[in-house]
Amino acid sequence: MSEPFRPNELMAIAAAREIKDSDIVFCGTGLSIVAARTAKKMYAPKSIIFFETGAIDSPLWDLPMFVADSRVMAGAAIHTGLIDAFSMLQNKKTGPRTVSILGGAQIDQFGNLNSTCIGNYASPSVRFAGSGGASDAASLAGRIIVFIKHDRTRFVEKLDYLKSPGWMEGGTSRCSEGLRLGGIAVVITDKCVIRFRESEKSMYVSDYFPGCDVRSIAEDTGFELDISQARKIRPPGPEELRILREEVDSEKLIIS
Amino acid sequence: MEQTQNSKFMTLKDAISRFVQNGSHISIGGSTANRNPMAAVYEIVRQQKKDLYLYGSIMGSGPDLLIGAGCVCGVELGYLGIGRYAPTAPCFKRYVESGRIRYEDYTNFQMALRFLAGSMGIPFIPTKSSLGSDIVNKWGMDEKFRKSDGRISSKKLIVSTNPFNPNTDEKVILLPAINPDVTIIHAQKVDGQGNVRIEGLTFSDVEQAKAAKSLIVTCEEIVDNAVLLAEPQLNHLPRFFVDAVVKVPKGAHPTQCYNYYDLDVRFLYDLIGASRDERDLSRFLEKFVFGVANHEEYLEKLGEKVFQEIEADSGLGYKSGLNRRSK
Repeated sequence: MSEPFRPNELMAIAAAREIKDSDIVFCGTGLSIVAARTAKKMYAPKSIIFFETGAIDSPLWDLPMFVADSRVMAGAAIHTGLIDAFSMLQNKKTGPRTVSILGGAQIDQFGNLNSTCIGNYASPSVRFAGSGGASDAASLAGRIIVFIKHDRTRFVEKLDYLKSPGWMEGGTSRCSEGLRLGGIAVVITDKCVIRFRESEKSMYVSDYFPGCDVRSIAEDTGFELDISQARKIRPPGPEELRILREEVDSEKLIIS
Repeated sequence: MEQTQNSKFMTLKDAISRFVQNGSHISIGGSTANRNPMAAVYEIVRQQKKDLYLYGSIMGSGPDLLIGAGCVCGVELGYLGIGRYAPTAPCFKRYVESGRIRYEDYTNFQMALRFLAGSMGIPFIPTKSSLGSDIVNKWGMDEKFRKSDGRISSKKLIVSTNPFNPNTDEKVILLPAINPDVTIIHAQKVDGQGNVRIEGLTFSDVEQAKAAKSLIVTCEEIVDNAVLLAEPQLNHLPRFFVDAVVKVPKGAHPTQCYNYYDLDVRFLYDLIGASRDERDLSRFLEKFVFGVANHEEYLEKLGEKVFQEIEADSGLGYKSGLNRRSK
């Protein structure tokens, strides 16, 4: 029997399993930081965490609540600013090694993301914080991991605003837009893990979460989603959960 | 002290009334809830400046309060929010959703690059970030409006190709430089001549400061020139960029000031809560902005105890063990 766990704990752990030792992780706040910290403690101790605000290799003795939190600064290898931090994504040597973990309000079948607004851009029904660093990361980082809740309001046929470029219209269209590197590697929802086919860049479910039915996952998606290769994900192990709960988010600031 | 002979040193009231006019194009330093020049923001609100046009990259508490107080007519932004505390800045959200503010979305990197271009005196700067996205395709301000104010660039951006290698069709985005009428930043230390040291991350403060026609620096401490000269590698702005210096201890409250104080979590929650509603916010402003004559009275109202609770631990730069969840 595996331990009981919350869907967002498995989301963070699934993302942590994607991080490699050679990665330079462009980190946001929330679940992305839980994933990055869990990865560093379990799977990728040599990976480096940095923030768009300019903190490089932050040890994160305490979890930051926003990207400019003094907690990203304490103990960091270098304190700099936005220009240097974002330039690491665009830099030809470091850019391909960067991985970014992003959230979103909407995603389409090619992994393009919106978290700018719902409705018309000029007169939106709901307005969010803006492009932030997510559009920069989606354009420039070596690869992207996306967290998003799985339902039909979020998995949509057409985005209200294409903020963060994914695979654009599939195939080689991302490259044609001038974005030669990067792209969305994996989408992690509260129900499953989604990857993209090598040449067409179309989505397929690679793993589904315990307690989820693959057919209902397809029904919760606002476009056709290939579930033919879905297999059950390895549930979180006791050590993964212990590190996440006791070492990474012991104050229960993110997962509660 | 040497500052008494220097005309740059003035009160906050004088600095704001002299350098911030109705209709000024401004940028505010700091980021999200760190090192925002809040005392200066309160003073702008207190003087009821109108039609300010705001530029910023990763913005938070200060710019949002200016919007909520009705001081801002337009904003060019990368981000306006306070992370886990307010995923979208509440005043900005209300103003956009009710059509009361003009806005133009760029990315955080793009806004920082635009300040850098402004600081370097060049008209535009290229990047590859956001190619193919709606940041390129959807404009919040049309060319007709842009022509109405000579300080706003004629176009949001231009997609071009690398002129050094035209055969490869390598695309780039050209971004217009920003040169605000006035930039206001809050720093930890300024010396008696106006040289500036920022501790911790600089965000885009240095570029914003150097791009501006006028620069106001509020600071925690005025230190002897010898203190800054002992470690010049830690300094950020030479004195000739600086037009006004105001000593304002706790001038970033309720936002953080690395090495000095942490977030005032309760106050920030109250401010964010009030910002969600027009009337709640005006009650808040009545109490903490219009109800006090200056920052000294504001600090008296808050009391000393809160600052003992959030005083930064030496070596950490923030308060270890601070309750950050809620009240």
